[in-house]
Amino acid sequence: MNVTAYVVLSGILFTIGCVGVLTRRNAIVVFMCVELMLNASNLALVAFARQHGNLDGQIAAFFVMVVAAAEVVVGLAIIMTIFRTRRSASVDDASLLKY
Amino acid sequence: MTAFWILAPVMVIAALGILFVRKAVHAALLLAVVMMSLAVLYAALEAPFLFAVQIIVYTGAILMLFLFVVMLVGVDASDSVVETIRGQRVLAAIAGLALGLVLVLGLGQISLGTAVGLENANSGGNIESLANILFSRYVFAFETTSALLITAAVGAMVLAHRERLTPKATQASMAAQRVKDYAERGTHLGPLPPPGVYARHNAVDTPALLPDGTAAESSVSRVLAARGTVRSAPARAEDIEQIRGQIGDAPHAGRDAVAPATTTEAAPATGEDDSE
Repeated sequence: MNVTAYVVLSGILFTIGCVGVLTRRNAIVVFMCVELMLNASNLALVAFARQHGNLDGQIAAFFVMVVAAAEVVVGLAIIMTIFRTRRSASVDDASLLKY
Repeated sequence: MTAFWILAPVMVIAALGILFVRKAVHAALLLAVVMMSLAVLYAALEAPFLFAVQIIVYTGAILMLFLFVVMLVGVDASDSVVETIRGQRVLAAIAGLALGLVLVLGLGQISLGTAVGLENANSGGNIESLANILFSRYVFAFETTSALLITAAVGAMVLAHRERLTPKATQASMAAQRVKDYAERGTHLGPLPPPGVYARHNAVDTPALLPDGTAAESSVSRVLAARGTVRSAPARAEDIEQIRGQIGDAPHAGRDAVAPATTTEAAPATGEDDSE
């Protein structure tokens, strides 16, 4: 069995997540797109683990999941804090540092 | 490969949906579809441990966290259509298309050969083999992860915590405040009026009507007013008349007796009738 199809699918998902990060304005949805990109890379890691016949890829995917969980916790807390002070979850509204 | 060819279109369509849906809740649900499908693909790729972890950690914990924050931030906090940088969406779409083409064509052209497969590596059981590697070669990374996790937990607590600067309001102090408001500004002492209850329609988004036929704005939640989903009772009464006209003018004897009263008077009066 060939894993090329899996890797191509992971590339497509990564691209979709990338476009989402660039186009969406809602900070929560932007975050979801980042998660989509992480998941796509995980799929590639697991597929390559199967390709090469060792489990290092699966371990890497496991670590990506752990880091993603920590990242989501902190990121959502930041979004909550910004929403509390500015009453908005849009990434365009948090632009005070620009001036 | 059957699972792959069934799930791959589902995943791509769901992921594309995340780009186009207006509401964050819908995006979260579509992301759940993608993650569940990914879990099944992990199982197909001989990674049963990651299959379980994907479902428990991603769809179980992370997506629940997303939904919690969506609920806290407001379900209606949808995207604005206004572009702050002109042409950004088009440029992003072009860049995305280019990246996708490069990835798909590039990855499609390389030949990886036949997969070795994990029968050998998984011979002692997938979880046992993973544990062997994790606690030998990757043990330092594993220990570092614990520091990362505790930092994240403490950081989230610090970010989410809000210091109470004023004493908590008690029932007695709130009652005193109400009486004070009444004495100073004439605010109504009692509870707010309930929303309108009508013969044909009864919901919290329809305000009650005052004796002169105007809507009592304090009878609907401020949240609904901010979302702009408050419905007007007189407008609903007009709807009923319109629908009755569309159905055909064949009213019952009982309705006939009511119909002249509602049609001859103005719309607000109709609502007043209903509210009684």
